[in-house]
Amino acid sequence: MSDTTIQSTHTIQLTLKPGQHDGDGQRVAEAAARHLGLRTGRVRSAALYTVRYPLSETQLRDFATRCLADPVLHDVRLNELTGAEGYATYILVARRPGVTDDEGTSAQNALADLLNEPLDVHTQHIFSKKLYLLENDLPETNLRRIAEELLGNKLINWLEVGRVADGIRDYTPRPGGGAEAITEVVSLTGLSDAELLQLSKDNIYALNLEEMRAVRDYFAAADTQAERKAAGLPADPTDCELEIIAQTWSEHCKHKEFAAVINYKDTETGEEKQIDSLFKTYIKNATSEVDRQLRANGNDWLIKVFSDNAGAVRINPDSLFVWKVETHNSPSAIDPYGGAITGILGNNRDPLATGIGGARLLFNTNVLCFGNPEFDGQLLTGQLHPRRILEGVRKGIEDGGNKSGVPTVNGAIVFDDRYAGKPLVYCGTGAVMPMQFAGLDSWEKKIDAGDRIIMAGGRVGKDGIHGATFSSIELDETAPATAVQIGSPITQKLAMDFLLLAARRGLLKCSTDNGAGGLSSSVGELAGISGGAVVELERVPLKYPGLRPWEIFVSESQERFTLVVEPGKMAELLALGQEMEVELTDIGFFTADGFLDVRFDGAPVARLNMEFLHEGVPRKTLEAEWTKPATAEPQIPAATDYTETLAQLLGSLNICSRESVIRQYDHEVKGRTIVKPLMGATGQAPQDAAVVRFNFESWEGVAVSNGILPRYGDLDAYDMSAGSFDEAVRQIIAVGGKLPNLTPGDNIFWSVNDNFCVPDSVYDPASNPDGKQKLAKLVRMCEALRDATAAYCIPLTSGKDSMKNDFKADGVKISVPPTVLYSMTAKMEDVRRAITSDFKQADDVVYLLGETHDELGGSEFYALHGQLGANVPKVDFAKAKALYTLIGQANDQNLIQSCHDLSDGGLAVALAETTFGYGYGAEIELPATGLPLATQLFSESHSRFVATVAPEDVVAFEQLLGERATRLGRVTADSKLTVRHAGQTVIAADSASLRTAWTNGPVNNLLGVVSNYNLSHSNSL
Amino acid sequence: MVQDSAQGAHKVQSEVQAGAVRALVLTGFGINCEEEFAAAYRLAGAEATIVHFNQVLHGQVSIHDFDVLNFPGGFSFGDDLGSGVVLANKLRYRQTSAAGRTLLDDIKQFIADGKFVLGICNGFQVLVKLGLLPNLGGDVTPEVTLTHNASGRYEDRWVTLRVNPASRTPFLTGIDKLEVPVRHGEGRLVVPDDATRAAIEAAGLNCLSYIDANGDGTSEYPLNPNGADLNCAGLTDPTGQVFGLMPHPEAFLAAYNHPDWARRRRQNPGASEEGEGLQIFKNIVAHIAEKHTTKAATVQLANQN
Repeated sequence: MSDTTIQSTHTIQLTLKPGQHDGDGQRVAEAAARHLGLRTGRVRSAALYTVRYPLSETQLRDFATRCLADPVLHDVRLNELTGAEGYATYILVARRPGVTDDEGTSAQNALADLLNEPLDVHTQHIFSKKLYLLENDLPETNLRRIAEELLGNKLINWLEVGRVADGIRDYTPRPGGGAEAITEVVSLTGLSDAELLQLSKDNIYALNLEEMRAVRDYFAAADTQAERKAAGLPADPTDCELEIIAQTWSEHCKHKEFAAVINYKDTETGEEKQIDSLFKTYIKNATSEVDRQLRANGNDWLIKVFSDNAGAVRINPDSLFVWKVETHNSPSAIDPYGGAITGILGNNRDPLATGIGGARLLFNTNVLCFGNPEFDGQLLTGQLHPRRILEGVRKGIEDGGNKSGVPTVNGAIVFDDRYAGKPLVYCGTGAVMPMQFAGLDSWEKKIDAGDRIIMAGGRVGKDGIHGATFSSIELDETAPATAVQIGSPITQKLAMDFLLLAARRGLLKCSTDNGAGGLSSSVGELAGISGGAVVELERVPLKYPGLRPWEIFVSESQERFTLVVEPGKMAELLALGQEMEVELTDIGFFTADGFLDVRFDGAPVARLNMEFLHEGVPRKTLEAEWTKPATAEPQIPAATDYTETLAQLLGSLNICSRESVIRQYDHEVKGRTIVKPLMGATGQAPQDAAVVRFNFESWEGVAVSNGILPRYGDLDAYDMSAGSFDEAVRQIIAVGGKLPNLTPGDNIFWSVNDNFCVPDSVYDPASNPDGKQKLAKLVRMCEALRDATAAYCIPLTSGKDSMKNDFKADGVKISVPPTVLYSMTAKMEDVRRAITSDFKQADDVVYLLGETHDELGGSEFYALHGQLGANVPKVDFAKAKALYTLIGQANDQNLIQSCHDLSDGGLAVALAETTFGYGYGAEIELPATGLPLATQLFSESHSRFVATVAPEDVVAFEQLLGERATRLGRVTADSKLTVRHAGQTVIAADSASLRTAWTNGPVNNLLGVVSNYNLSHSNSL
Repeated sequence: MVQDSAQGAHKVQSEVQAGAVRALVLTGFGINCEEEFAAAYRLAGAEATIVHFNQVLHGQVSIHDFDVLNFPGGFSFGDDLGSGVVLANKLRYRQTSAAGRTLLDDIKQFIADGKFVLGICNGFQVLVKLGLLPNLGGDVTPEVTLTHNASGRYEDRWVTLRVNPASRTPFLTGIDKLEVPVRHGEGRLVVPDDATRAAIEAAGLNCLSYIDANGDGTSEYPLNPNGADLNCAGLTDPTGQVFGLMPHPEAFLAAYNHPDWARRRRQNPGASEEGEGLQIFKNIVAHIAEKHTTKAATVQLANQN
């Protein structure tokens, strides 16, 4: 071929030069052996790029060798797809049409630079793939298992496998055919109830019969008919209209169950009551009462609650703290990596697009609930192994956080077999926003008729269609492929950088995120402010042709914002977008005529009355009935030495070190993280709450904590919820935070998000016979929430509920235990005065703060013995508040050297953990009288801490704390933890050996432990 | 598109006092450590300006108006083709004028003018992929590479570094040891052959090594977090003006960034509140300021004559 011949399709293959370590190939071989029991022999990996762009041979060679290949590492092959000597089989991993291919996009970018040609990087010209050559001649079924279980996901990847000798089959996605400007009419007239329900199910509307009837009645109404005729729409609804209604009315977007009327009955007390909306009664009203108390005391920092994408509180006269936590459970169940990464990026967009938009992201947190990753039973159809979910989600969080430059400052992982169907993936993001942008209050969302609607960021494809409705129903083996979304952190980073500048230059009137429900949701909600909108769908840029108008409108393709811009500022905004390479498209304008009006090429696609759309959903009435579970305390023989028990607890799934996970998250980018998840000279002392400073000019910062204790809910959901709330509060107290509103005008903000994740709690005699009990648990969780916020004067500012966390397949249903996460943030006036958990110096005096009770119910100690027990830990809010207030005073006087909150595993585990930072030990003497030894060691009573005090401060400390502090002993230099009781040594262990037990627990072992003490474990994918 | 002010770069510079050290910190396209990078220079007494890469590429901001050019960490262009590759490619090939001039041409001129270039993490990867480091041959051709950690994973952990006494870069003047966090997945330096390795060592270009508790260079994981050749954490070019390193000194600007800060401050309550990482920035700012003073004195002298 001469150089003048221009070919339009090329393949570039990069392989490692001989002698270069093929880590990717090695990991595939190891993972196949370890997870699937398959012997692959050696595995060799190669990167493939298919280029669909006219290039001469010289251009192709230059591109491959200068831009794609690393001269030190790679050999290049052009336009050939051949194996290598000694490799019998292959697996080729490509992407399905429309799936985000960041690597291909980057390659296009490089090609454009090399050629110095403008090349539309929003259209895919280069497709990246991976090719694995395997030494062993494995049968196709085994190759497919490796491909599907380790290397790709059938929903997003195209996987080719086979023998090299038969030729390597390539695959490059071809986008679908021409434009599909088709809008269909769906007739509801005369449909029977059964037909209405079938229509809802077939189209994944996730609407119940009453809702379907309301839709039918709206369209049948005479005034609707007249309006539609005048506007040129058919009498029956269009597909787009039904999709908009289904999305807007979805549980995900409308929170119908939290808004329902609930008839509650307590079978024990006989009490019956009617609850007029859980949200209004227990969350909104409780926060209103807290706000009243705060304002009465000169604390007016609560700025925006429940009415925007995230809650906002005032840090100081110049800036706001914005806080949002959400879940992404259903997507993570079917595509753990994609579900988690879009969870993070999606949650990031909430604070980014609060008020006007343009907050600076400060940190992420993640709380994850999984099934046992060592599960070795039979999986249900469509169910992914818990280990695979864990590994995929972890990787998604790594890429989502790290590539966005947002530190993941803390989190938690909870294991329970009931999360094996649907995992829970909670993503939290804190951000800082100036009080004003270009003279306007930053937290306000104002829109007037005539303002333009701008879509910013990524393009629209079929990915993520029906995400909002799909997550509102239980998951089964028929999960739709299109519900999967693929995240692109780099696309979002560009959009984020752009938003920051656009807001600061006063170019934005306001903005919102395109998340669940896509444009339908974002424009639909914003249109509520002005009173209507016109959207011209043919303007929306697509990833590829073939989308119908309704698909464009509800697609949840990621990394998109909807911006509201005054017409006069359009030119400057578009210029900035071009400079920063962020695609901006004017897709319509806001109106005040009361209609959401959607068009394609001038033809009407949807026209819905805004009031019907937002207020027309029928209210649900639900039944709840609480029966106290029959429980009993087990008889566990007392022992005289608990050293081994302590080591077992430290190595247990729910207590052991998460270091292998934590270190793969960047927890200190931005350089502001002061208390990280692991601290101390060893870097292995676990901490209670994270502390992050806001900037480099002051020492003000924020403490961040998570409270989640699902297993207590098996005993009493009220105590579980109260305990979770207290756990998050006491973690912040432990690091030196102070309760709010203790003194007038102290301006110590607290901002809390509640996230409820429960199984289907709507009673049905056949499909959900214990639905009333499940709903009663939710009611009790909410009651505890109300009591806790009132007791501590701590407000909720935002939150989310996820109501259908069930997985159904093969006639089996796996339901999550009712779970609530309280994600708390509180202002730290001076981060330099933060307290860490680990012991600081020999001879410091060790105290137990708070009261221990006979509360081993639901404890890790009982779990070790296979027991649940009965005595669930209860929170005494008044006593807890008094203790926390005193600890704050002690910190004002610099009396506390270390402080660690007591949680899983009780006092014994907390004592062990406080020695992990430097290798100090402790001599501890437990009270001889009172509670039995095992209870003192392992009870998980709330509102307690282990704290140390310098010898010279002991008198002042004891005077201040009084009976609330129990002196236990002293810190020693010898790294031995010795606990004595009634003259006997009951625990005696070296700190290093306890740390090894904790570090070598199942989580680090499974993911490849990363520590000085165990270097022999291999990595997994 | 100056990031930290609503004004243009020229405006910011006009406010800069004569003689002040001016640091240009690049951002955009996935770079994400620009804020702490700029803070480091400000704390060190310099003027720092964060500028979007395209502003430089499109000629709205000239690197020649600055004393030190900085490539921060992050994931430029997502690192999808290998860390730093796409940005290096843009610097080398994208023409900024009809005459076919590239930003690399400008950077060469910048270095020839006696100015300084610093790359951290992803920025270091850009300088290596571009061939500005180690640049033994002087022709800015890639000679070594940075690739996936031996552990196969991204990690955030603190390491201890020792400065090579043979290194002459002003960035490291007076520093013997340094604790800093690493946060990367592709930080393993690979030197392709013994000759290159020997040349780097002979010139003292391997300016930073991962060390163990005894202070010796180590290949032991996780003290050496990525398995780098020569246990090397950072490189300079033969002039010492170009310096890059994998770890993040800009993430250790305050003593309170260190994982063991609370115990250390208990032991030594009067210790400085500055982080050890700040010294690198103070060094280069002092060095440039001194050069400015000398130059100004020379100019003054010349004027008098």
